[in-house]
Amino acid sequence: MAQLLGPERRLSGWQQKLENWLDKRIPPDVHLRHELKVRVFRVIALADVILGLYYFYFRYTRSLNLHALWFSIPLLLAETYSFVDTLLFILMMWRPRLRIPPPPPPGLKVDVFITTYSEPVELVRETAVAALNICYPHNTYVLDDGNRPEMRAMCEEIGCGYITRMPEWEDKPRHAKAGNVNNALFYLMQQQKAGDFVLILDADQIPYPHLLDRTLGYFNDPKVAFVQTPQWFYNVPLGDPFGSQAPLFYGPIQQGKDGWDAAFFCGSNAILRREALMQLGLVTYVSETEQKLKEVLSKLPIEVLAKQRRLPAHYRKVAKQVMRAAESAVSALRRGEPWAFVLDRFNATIQTIRQELIAADLSTIAQELAELQMIEKTSENGRIDTDVAEVRQVIEQGLMQLTNQLAEVAAPPVEILGIDEEKWRTLNLDLGEALDVQPLATFSITEDMATAMRLHALGWKSVFHNEVLVRGLAPEDLGSALGQRLRWAAGTIQVLLHENPLFKKGLSWPQRLQYFTTMYSYFSGFASLIYLIAPIIYLFFGISPVVSFAGDFLWRIIPYLLLNKIMFTFVAWGIEVFRGEQYNLALFPLWIQAVMTVLAGEKLKFNITPKTRQSGVYLNLVKPQLTITVLLTIGVVYALFGLLVGWRNDVIGVLVNIFWAGYDIFMLSVILKAAVYRWPDA
Amino acid sequence: MKYSIEKQPIDKLAVVKVEGRLDANSADILKAALKQAAAEGLSNLVIDMQAISYIDSSGLSALVSGFKAAREHNGLLALAYVGPQVKMALELTHLNRIFPIYENTETALDALAELGKG
Repeated sequence: MAQLLGPERRLSGWQQKLENWLDKRIPPDVHLRHELKVRVFRVIALADVILGLYYFYFRYTRSLNLHALWFSIPLLLAETYSFVDTLLFILMMWRPRLRIPPPPPPGLKVDVFITTYSEPVELVRETAVAALNICYPHNTYVLDDGNRPEMRAMCEEIGCGYITRMPEWEDKPRHAKAGNVNNALFYLMQQQKAGDFVLILDADQIPYPHLLDRTLGYFNDPKVAFVQTPQWFYNVPLGDPFGSQAPLFYGPIQQGKDGWDAAFFCGSNAILRREALMQLGLVTYVSETEQKLKEVLSKLPIEVLAKQRRLPAHYRKVAKQVMRAAESAVSALRRGEPWAFVLDRFNATIQTIRQELIAADLSTIAQELAELQMIEKTSENGRIDTDVAEVRQVIEQGLMQLTNQLAEVAAPPVEILGIDEEKWRTLNLDLGEALDVQPLATFSITEDMATAMRLHALGWKSVFHNEVLVRGLAPEDLGSALGQRLRWAAGTIQVLLHENPLFKKGLSWPQRLQYFTTMYSYFSGFASLIYLIAPIIYLFFGISPVVSFAGDFLWRIIPYLLLNKIMFTFVAWGIEVFRGEQYNLALFPLWIQAVMTVLAGEKLKFNITPKTRQSGVYLNLVKPQLTITVLLTIGVVYALFGLLVGWRNDVIGVLVNIFWAGYDIFMLSVILKAAVYRWPDA
Repeated sequence: MKYSIEKQPIDKLAVVKVEGRLDANSADILKAALKQAAAEGLSNLVIDMQAISYIDSSGLSALVSGFKAAREHNGLLALAYVGPQVKMALELTHLNRIFPIYENTETALDALAELGKG
């Protein structure tokens, strides 16, 4: 089999004919053609919106079956969800950007990072050799999070750099891939070898030699933070059984987002500007530290109060002082005072309080010694030879100095003031991280989206370069493919909950919506479930979500959906997208699972996608899809039988629902086939 | 902090084992225990400091109070197994000149027994 270097254009017969016809009539100027395509899209899209509004006006005002609201309302909500999805999609595609790369300026310093944790050495070797062969001058490093001697040996053999975690990471959260990259950024800085740009490649993403030549030119614009190129998988068999390729995303969608200055960073196959990453790391550090300090300080007074009762008398008095200090620190932070000052002041107060306590203890000791002196004088048993008087004098005269010295070696613990050790560490800016400044966002299992969003919020620009310059490996079995999707989906929803783009300061409204659109689309599982169940209910029980399937309903929905289909076909011209559409519906249980997992606050693990083929039958992974398919099939037979023997006479309703059932079965079939997929050579 | 008082075969003599952090959270408890022991006739006390992980100024204060109580009852309070942090605190405050300090509980007990005889 000839090795493909990139995706092929896919056109059906009529599309090819239409294109040939147009080719003869439109000048071959790419910009002109792009502009024309955008205008045609806008016309189709506007028409689709109008038809959609017309349909939904009818749906909301006249179509609901009031006798089965439990059924008609969920379906209407699902349809509304989809309509909003379409509107967001149209907005995204409104002004896609066509990029022609400027030539690369000479003399840029570029580092190539290949991230690996558990991938086989030979796989990494192939990537590393290809990286070494990139034409534009650069340094190549394998970032081995697995710290494997054989990986180091391979790197030495082929002459490529090798980086593992620095000692700081011991016992600290490692933050998976983001932590690995952050470590390398700082390691090279410490070694004074840091380049100005970083190309990030996953272990199985093999770059072409001209990658940097095609992309570095974009950085002539000093505000460009990163250039993302597509991910394309060369190990995907004919027909893409697991729906691995994402040509719609790494094409029209990213171009659309790019048009709004919101091209996404996707973790691999991207070149980033170090300065942007470092600035992001610093800004994030400052704001997150402030957030943490606010949390710790505002909870402090309550905890102090709770502990007060158990304290010795003279400690109880100081609890009030601590509370007052915490309260004034919180309000200073709220007023926007720099946290470094606030913190200094608060910690100084705590220090003073502790010193006062020590001084009080020393005074008590001096007092006790005075009494001891009296005892020794009057004692009949005064045989011991102690320097009570002298020691007392030392303590009384050197009180200040002793207090300071004791504060260093024998200070009362801060817990007594209601500050546990972890809080005290936070208040002393020890945040429990190996690196204080973490350029790549680490809170989500998918670090890339949050990183890009934060860069955009800081005013950096991004570029999507629509040319396959890297070929990668896709998961080769259903289990791994599903695991990867689940991770992306859950990671995206994590970002939504942690940093809702709609409220993210610094982003323009279109940028906010670009991020929101992607997050919104991951909620489709709920709508899909309703779409799949609806025909089952109708076919079995004859309960209808609409007043009537005939007439008004049909001639409103058909033009709307038809134009919708035309619009998507137009956007996806020359790209194979049907597999993606099928998976979008067929993976409904996975999307639901992702949302529920994140909402339930369960911990998500960063699963490394296996790079080796796991063979087997995976029907257990697709139980919900199998169940729905069986129910739909029985429903069709049952309803047809009912019509035949005269149990029912709702011909149009049955036909409409058989159409939907057939559509659903066809869409779901993709994942059932994937579950039993056998590799041709196996 | 935890503590236990072990009476010795010789009259008035006991070993007080203290474990954990001797700080403001626990100083008052130890202080009361030492005073009570002295009042109940256990006036020759050896404090086994081996398991004390940290002492603060109020801990020192408790030890001085215990010492005073022992002396009030014509006894003595000695320290054994003094760790580096406690030692530093004692030296800073010159309290090492007040307390008899011994390597281990055995030598401390021997010394206190001698004292009791005389």
